[in-house]
Amino acid sequence: MNKIITTPLTEELISSLNAGDIVHITGYIYTARDAAHKRLLELIKNNQPLPFDIQGAVIYYVGPTPPKPGKVIGSAGPTTSSRMDIYAPLMIEKGLKGMIGKGGRSAAVKEAIQKHKAIYFIATGGAGALLSKHIKSAEIVAYEDLGPEAIRRLYVENFPVIVANDIYGKDILEEGKKKYKISP
Amino acid sequence: MFKKLLTIEQIINTVKELFLEAVTVLPEDVCNAFESSLKVEESPMGRSVIQQLLNNKDISKSEGLALCQDTGFSVVFIEWGNNVYFDGENIFDAVNEGVRRAYDEGYFRKSIVNDPVFDRKNTGDNTPCILHFEMVKGDKVKIIAAPKGGGSENMSAIRMLKPAEGLDGIKAFVLETVEKAGGNPCPPIIVGIGIGGTFEKCAMLSKKALLRKLGVRNSDHRYAELEKELLLEINKLGIGPMGLGGRITALEVNIEYYPCHIASMPVAVNIQCNSARHKEAIL
Repeated sequence: MNKIITTPLTEELISSLNAGDIVHITGYIYTARDAAHKRLLELIKNNQPLPFDIQGAVIYYVGPTPPKPGKVIGSAGPTTSSRMDIYAPLMIEKGLKGMIGKGGRSAAVKEAIQKHKAIYFIATGGAGALLSKHIKSAEIVAYEDLGPEAIRRLYVENFPVIVANDIYGKDILEEGKKKYKISP
Repeated sequence: MFKKLLTIEQIINTVKELFLEAVTVLPEDVCNAFESSLKVEESPMGRSVIQQLLNNKDISKSEGLALCQDTGFSVVFIEWGNNVYFDGENIFDAVNEGVRRAYDEGYFRKSIVNDPVFDRKNTGDNTPCILHFEMVKGDKVKIIAAPKGGGSENMSAIRMLKPAEGLDGIKAFVLETVEKAGGNPCPPIIVGIGIGGTFEKCAMLSKKALLRKLGVRNSDHRYAELEKELLLEINKLGIGPMGLGGRITALEVNIEYYPCHIASMPVAVNIQCNSARHKEAIL
């Protein structure tokens, strides 16, 4: 299924998405990877406010290259999601609804996705130049000192992703592998 | 005997130009491998990933934009002819300066932190590089720039096998490593394998194996056969482009080997993502 969705994500919308769906995202999303997640989790643990509204938010695991003069952003493809597995369940519990990255997720993240109605998307790694064309604005929201790892608010248009894990417990990585595996 | 002189500026400029090109222009052999894999891949999602990668390299080349946002650890191989003089004090400094200029001018991401455990503070210019320097005979200097992404490097592995584990042990370890990596290292991948040597030599061989042109087999027919067999077996795993399922998990398997100790059979698997970047120059 080909679907066009807008952010922030609602539970109603998330319920309509299934693993394997091709989705184009339009709206604001936030970037965060290893170092930013570490700081966000500290804030959550200390009951302090986050630098952006996490309710219904989508986080894109990315550390872009710097923009060339006159450009919005540089190359901006996904990084490996599993490094954020340790942080994701608590983020989801606090209201995070969508994650964009690459590769599989842990059992704990999949469980949180089902329990709190969230969704995990995969974008094509190695296609950072192509994906950057769908990013129309970028501004630093927090942690400028982290350079490429700062939290940025991006406005994306028709950003192409695939639903990898849905609220029904389906996992496109596991299904895809099973389908194409040739047993000895 | 005639001795050639290379200036510090020549080294800096060559390294700079190599990285500027390597990061933005996908090598011809990798492009061709993408094209051929489109014909083999049965999964519609897999084909769409490969098509995106083909479109991506066109955009990168025309706009001088990094192929991937992870512009990598700056790995540099130098083979230095013994008849060549250098007018500077330190090759490592010269190579770092080349890296610094390329990552600044190219608007590449600076991905290196100063300390792995305690500080983890970005060095701000992507240095230091990883320099592999070797003296060879002759009056030429070969420099290879091979920016290496963190995601695929994280999925690499080394194991000290017992000699008795033999060929089956090697195959099992390679397949286990690729299977465990799954969609994380951005398949379709290239698998560099080092066999033999010591612990560190073996890891180095696996990295060197990634520099070989795709489609060129090991000159020893037994290793060439092993490369072919492993490629076939890896592509039976079903992982597919970006791990979404499919026939093309790896584009190529390259093996480099070295003599080893009577007690050992080290095997290293270095995984290269689809952004298989490297560029060489001969001075």
